[in-house]
Amino acid sequence: MKETQISVFLENRPGRLLHLLEAFADGKVNLRALSVADTADFGIARVIVDDVEAAVQAIRQAGLTAATTEVLRAEIPNAPGGLAEAVIRPLARAGVNVEYTYAYNKGGSENAVAVLKVDDMEKAQQVLGEE
Amino acid sequence: MIWDIEHETMPRADLQRLQQQRLQAQVATVLEKVPFYRQAFQEKGLTPAAVHSLSDLAQLPFTTKEDIRDNYPLGLAAVPPRQTVRLHASSGTTGKAKVVPYTVGDIDLWSEVMARTLAATGVTEDDVVHNAYGYGLFTGGLGFHQGAERIGATVIPMSGGQTKRQIIFLQDLGSTVLCCTPSYALYLAEVAEEMGIDLRATQLKIGIFGAEPWSHRMREEIQSKIGLKAYDIYGLSEIIGPGVSVECEHQDGLHIFEDHFLPEVVEPETGESLPYGERGELVLTTLTKEAMPVIRYRTGDVTSLNPETCACGRTLVRMEKTSGRTDDMLIVRGINVFPSQIESVLLQVKGVEPHYQIVVDRQHTLDDLEVWIEVSEEIFTDEIGRLEALQQELRTELHNVLGISARVKLVEPRSIQRSEGKAKRVIDRREVYG
Amino acid sequence: MIWDREHETMSRTDLQQLQWKRLQVQVATVYEKVPFYRRAFHEKGLTSGAIRSLADLPELPFTTKYDLRDNYPLGLAAVPVERMVRLHASSGTTGKATVVTYTAHDIDLWAEVMARTLTAAGVTKGDVVHNAHGYGLFTGGLGFHYGAERIGALVLPMSGGQTKRQIMFLKDMGSTVLCCTPSYALRLAEVAEEMGVDLRETDLRVGTFGAEPWSARMREEIQAKIGLKAHDVYGLCEIVGPGVAVECECQDGLHIFEDHFLPEIVEPETGEPLPYGEPGELVLTTLTKEALPLIRYRTGDITSLNPAVCACGRTLARMEKISGRTDDMLIVRGINIFPSQIETVLLQVKGVLPHYQIVVDRRHALDDLEIWIEISDEVFTDDFQRLEALERDLQSELQNALGISARVKLVEPKSIQRSEGKAKRIIDRRDAYG
Repeated sequence: MKETQISVFLENRPGRLLHLLEAFADGKVNLRALSVADTADFGIARVIVDDVEAAVQAIRQAGLTAATTEVLRAEIPNAPGGLAEAVIRPLARAGVNVEYTYAYNKGGSENAVAVLKVDDMEKAQQVLGEE
Repeated sequence: MIWDIEHETMPRADLQRLQQQRLQAQVATVLEKVPFYRQAFQEKGLTPAAVHSLSDLAQLPFTTKEDIRDNYPLGLAAVPPRQTVRLHASSGTTGKAKVVPYTVGDIDLWSEVMARTLAATGVTEDDVVHNAYGYGLFTGGLGFHQGAERIGATVIPMSGGQTKRQIIFLQDLGSTVLCCTPSYALYLAEVAEEMGIDLRATQLKIGIFGAEPWSHRMREEIQSKIGLKAYDIYGLSEIIGPGVSVECEHQDGLHIFEDHFLPEVVEPETGESLPYGERGELVLTTLTKEAMPVIRYRTGDVTSLNPETCACGRTLVRMEKTSGRTDDMLIVRGINVFPSQIESVLLQVKGVEPHYQIVVDRQHTLDDLEVWIEVSEEIFTDEIGRLEALQQELRTELHNVLGISARVKLVEPRSIQRSEGKAKRVIDRREVYG
Repeated sequence: MIWDREHETMSRTDLQQLQWKRLQVQVATVYEKVPFYRRAFHEKGLTSGAIRSLADLPELPFTTKYDLRDNYPLGLAAVPVERMVRLHASSGTTGKATVVTYTAHDIDLWAEVMARTLTAAGVTKGDVVHNAHGYGLFTGGLGFHYGAERIGALVLPMSGGQTKRQIMFLKDMGSTVLCCTPSYALRLAEVAEEMGVDLRETDLRVGTFGAEPWSARMREEIQAKIGLKAHDVYGLCEIVGPGVAVECECQDGLHIFEDHFLPEIVEPETGEPLPYGEPGELVLTTLTKEALPLIRYRTGDITSLNPAVCACGRTLARMEKISGRTDDMLIVRGINIFPSQIETVLLQVKGVLPHYQIVVDRRHALDDLEIWIEISDEVFTDDFQRLEALERDLQSELQNALGISARVKLVEPKSIQRSEGKAKRIIDRRDAYG
C-alpha cells in the first residue's frame, strides 16, 4: 500500500534531531515511525505520521527543509522469514530494487509493518498485490 | 649573495635615471601598440611626451585587473602572437581569466629576476631545489624553475600534491632549498611529523615562501619546525609572476627589482600618491616588459615602501610584508579566489542562487576552503545519493573554475549568519597578516 | 618537416659508424663511473674494451627497472650531484620510485629530440602549443614544453585537469597543436561536446599523443572528433622522457632517434636478440646521456623494428605502435602503475591484505581506475561514516602512492571473481592495444 513519508534535512550534530522532535511535539504531530540515515556532514530523518500536512507545516515553522516521498507499506507476518517471504523475495524476483527500508510495530496488533523505498513503485504494488 | 651587483646596488640617482629612460620607452611602446592605452591617455589629454620625469608618473592612468579581464584574452598585448612564446593565466573558466603573454625577452627577464631572487636568499649552483609550487598556467612553478635553472642548481620539479612523497624526496634526495607557499611548508612539517620524519634533520637550509600573505609568527613557526631560514617573496602574474621582490638575508622588507618594476604606493580610495613610509595600495609599472607592459597596475595589496640602503648593500627600495587587501580577493593555497567566482558556479549548477557562505580556515596547517550551502526545498531530495551527487558536482565545478579543491557542506536553512538580513559571504579564520 | 636533417636522414652506414663511436664512449663512461655497471661487466667477464663492434652489443648486460629501484635514488648516476640540474621520477612513495637525473647537456639533448619530435608532427615556430601533459616530476609536461620552446612556438603550459577551462583555452587562444595522452584527447572532445563547443571548428590541426598505448581505431576516433592529424609519441623517463620516437606525416611507425638511443628487440623470456620485423621486447641503450647513461634497458614494451627508409626521407628505424607489455604494468592516464604498488597501500592502511581487484575502464573517454575491496569482518564496521572514512583514506593513500586518483569501491565478501580459488587481480576493459 502506498504511504506518504516525510524526509527532513538535518545537519549531523547534537541537538538537531531534538529540534525536529520538539517541532513535532509543539505541532501535536504523532510519529508512527522514524528512521535516520547519516553521512559525515548531514543526515536525513524519515518519518511516517498520521497527519502529513500538519507535520510539514511544523517542520517549515521550525525552519527546516522537508520533502515528501511515496513509499510502500507492507504488513509483515509475525513469523521467522516473514519479511523475506512475504515482501522481499517477490520484489527481488520481479527485479524491484529496495533502496532503503525500516520497520515499526503498530502496537496492539500481532503484525509489524515495513516501510520500503523502491525504484519501481508501480511494479512493486502489482507484485505485492498479486501475492 | 647578489646576482646582479650592477643593478641591485646602483646609486639611487643612477637608478632613477635608468627608470626614467625605460619608463619613457615603455610609455611610447604602449601608446604605439596598445589601443587600450592610447585611449586611456587620450581621455586624460596626455601625449607620449607627457613623461618628462619620474614625477610625471602620477598623472598617468591606472590599469586594473578588470581592464585585463575586459580585454580578454590578449587585448592588452603589445606584440603579435607570433612573437609570443608563452601564456600564463589566473584561474577562471569564463572570459574572466587574466591571460598574460611573454616574449623570449620576457622569459629571459623573468629567469633573470628569479635568479636574483634565489641568489638573495643564498641559493647557489650547488643547491638542490625542491620546487613544490604548482607547475602549469600558474606562474609559481615555472617561475622558480627557470630561476633555479639559470643559477645552475639542481631542480626537482615536484609541483603540488602527493605530500608524503614530497617528504620522502626531501629526505632522500638531499634537497637544500624548499620553495612553496608558507602554509604548505607548515603542512609538510606536520605530515612529516606524522610519518616520524624530522625535517630539521634533513639538508634543508633555505625556504622561499610566497604566493600568499603570511605573518611573522608563521615565519617563526616554519623556521623552528623545518630548521631553515624562511624568506618572503612577492610577485603577481600580471607583472611577471614571482620575481618582483624578495627578502635578503636581513629579512627586513622585500627588495623590489626597481630597474624592471617601478613601485608607487597610493591611497586606495582616491588613488593619490602616498610618500615613502606610508601604507597604501602597491601600484606597479613595468619598465622592460615586451609582450604585456602595464602602466600603474593596481595590485590590491597593502604595503609601504622604504628607500634606505639595506645592510646587504642593495639600494633597491624595500616593501614591507603585505598587510592586507583592498578588495574581497582571498588567497587560498597561493591561488587568488574571488567570491563572485564561487557565486557563478552555484548559479550555474543549481539554476538558483542558494544562501551560501565561504569559510576559509587553516586545517592541519593547510588552507581549507569550505563552501556552505543552505539546503532549501528547491535543492532537497529524499535521496542521500542525490544530495551527495550534488555535493560532488559542486566540488567538481568549483575545482574547474577555481583551480583548487573546495569542500561543499550542505547546511540547514537559515543556519548561515546574517547581518541586517544579508548573509556574510566570507569568513576567514586564518591569521595571515600581521 | 625535419628538424635535424643531418642526423635524421644520414645514410645507415654513417649512422652505424656514429652509433659505434658513441657506444664505445658510453660504455667506457659507465664502466669508469658507475660501480653497478663495472660489477655487471665483471660478472660477464667483460671490461670496458670488450666490445669491438655494434654487433657485440648483445654481449653486454641488461639493465632492468629493478636495477634502477635497487639503486634508489641515484646509485646509477655517472656524474656528481653538482653537475645535475634536474631530477624527474616515476610514481611511488617508498624507496621504489624510479629517480632519473639530467645534466645541462642532457636537458639540451632532450629539448633537441623533442624539437625533432614536434617538427616531425608538423609543428613550427608559428604554432600555438596547448600542452596538457602533466607538469612536474612526470616527464611529459616539461618534455613537450622544452621542445616547443626550442622550436620557438607559443607554449600554453596547461598541465592536466580543469577540463572545461582547457576547452575554453583551446577555443579562445587559437591553439593549433594539442599535446596530451590519447585518452585525454577523447575526454576533451566529449566534454567539449557537452559544452556545445565543436573542436573541429578550432584552429587545432596537429595532435601529438603519447604516454600510453592506443589503438588504430582510437586514432581514427580522435582525428574525426577533434579534426586534427594525430601522431604517436614514444618515450620513457629512464631513457630521457618523451622524445625517443615519433610518427612522421606518413603515420607508418615511429622513427627512433637512433643517433641518441640505440634500439634492439629481444625475446622477452630468453633475452635473445630478434631480427628486424619480429615482435619482441624493445631494449634501448643511451648513446649520449651524461647523468644517467643506461646500457640495454629492458623497456617491457612489445614492438618490432623496420629499418627501411621512410617516404618522409628519414633513415631512422621505425618501431611499430606498441602492441603490449611483457609484465603486469598498467598505464592509466599516462601513468605507470604496478599492481604491487596498490597491494602495498592496502596492506599499509588496513594491516591486512584484503581480497581486491583492479578494474580499469574507459569512462567518458577517460581512463578510470577502480579498486574493489571485499569487506571482511576485520574491515567491517556498522558505522557508515567509518566505512566512508576508510574509503577516503584508501583513496588519498592511493593518490599519494600512484600520483593519480583511484576510486575505491567496497564490495561484499566473495563477490570478486576467483579462478581456481585465486582472485583475478586485474580487469582491463579498455581496448588499448591493436
